[in-house]
Amino acid sequence: MNPDFLSAARPISRLIQEFNKLPGIGPKSAQRLAYHLLQSPPEKARDLAEAIIAIKENLKLCSTCLNITDSDPCSICADDSRDRTRICVVEEPIDIMPLERTRKYYGLYHVLHGVISPGDGIKPEDLHIRELLDRLSEGSVVEVILATNPNAEGEATSLYIQRLISPLGIRITRLARGLPFGGDLEYADDVTLSRALEGRQEM
Amino acid sequence: MASRSYQIDAIIIKRHKFAEADRLLTLFTADYGKVRAIAKGALRPGSKLGGNVELLTYSRLMLARGRNLDIVTQAQAIDTFLPLRESLELMSCGFYLSELVDTFTEDGVEDRELFELLLNTLQELASSENGERIVRYFELRILDREGYRPQLQRCANCNHELLPEANYFSPAQGGVLCRSCGDLDMAARAISVNALKVLRFWLNNDFASASRVRINPDLARELKILMRDNIKYILEKQLKSIDWMDRLASGDLLR
Repeated sequence: MNPDFLSAARPISRLIQEFNKLPGIGPKSAQRLAYHLLQSPPEKARDLAEAIIAIKENLKLCSTCLNITDSDPCSICADDSRDRTRICVVEEPIDIMPLERTRKYYGLYHVLHGVISPGDGIKPEDLHIRELLDRLSEGSVVEVILATNPNAEGEATSLYIQRLISPLGIRITRLARGLPFGGDLEYADDVTLSRALEGRQEM
Repeated sequence: MASRSYQIDAIIIKRHKFAEADRLLTLFTADYGKVRAIAKGALRPGSKLGGNVELLTYSRLMLARGRNLDIVTQAQAIDTFLPLRESLELMSCGFYLSELVDTFTEDGVEDRELFELLLNTLQELASSENGERIVRYFELRILDREGYRPQLQRCANCNHELLPEANYFSPAQGGVLCRSCGDLDMAARAISVNALKVLRFWLNNDFASASRVRINPDLARELKILMRDNIKYILEKQLKSIDWMDRLASGDLLR
């Protein structure tokens, strides 16, 4: 164990250790955060503590889209101004945030909470796919946008969902795969580049 | 091996998330067998590693020696087997092949022939419509490479010449049993004359010749069950991706 931990007073070393368990936080960052909080006003520390507790106590899954929410239905599903004829299927709740940031999509979402991964024994039943079928069977949806990650499991999951829902006659699209903005042709892999070529657009 | 970085050609057979945006790769290489390495930042969009270290990609990698795990510093895909990624069935075969190789091999044991076999098999898969026969051939060859070559010429128990009649196959005895031995072995399963012929031929021929053998659906089913039983006996477990392949084949999409 890091000797710095031991020399600090117990409550501080405990906080340092807790911070250290978080992703991306090494021992030095953990120390800096802990001492920063120590020096900040008590209400700041309380705000942080309450915010942390709140995500554990008040959050649940939206009964419609399975996004993480504090109200059911979630704020997106409850928003009447959104396009209810389109559903964008994502792997994890965190994937909704970047899509929302684009301000290009005003439809609804559906969170699978995972991907099919035969090698890890993760099957369709382990994801929230049946809930998606239930939503589609209501008949108001005209397009399903598959936005799983463009990797082996993500694409297999999209192919699978496509096969499952194509009998319903709903338009199925998936996000374009191509070059990232700020990227570099020289470093692009063959799959990305050949798909960028296939999906080239008139300008 | 004294220098701090080295170059290898590898097929990525497994990868896990590691730290925030890194990936822990399991590589199957021609020179060093199965190796693990870290691809830092591979999950970030725009990472120059990204698609070059994706599952079932054949890539040339530059690795830097790390304290525990080596670190991928450069990657250039040589073959991405693109058609595999557009077909649920073929990709599922790919998942199965990678699980087979990962389960059968030990870290750091060089096996150039198995590497060539995996590479050729993925190339075959990428240019075919149906992976069934390719997978069967691979199963037989990986058993051979890993020291489980089935005894197909003589009875694995009494060593008598096998007659051209329905015999038995026993995973426990590692091969075919003649009628009289097989009758006594409760765990042995019948093997038809044709199945035995196909296995013998495959064991001694490359895939190009092997693919010319005519196999009707009944024979294909027999070979599948035979190989599966055998592999399950040797590994003492069922591979996870098998269940998925079977479900796809039977159209049982959602339970």
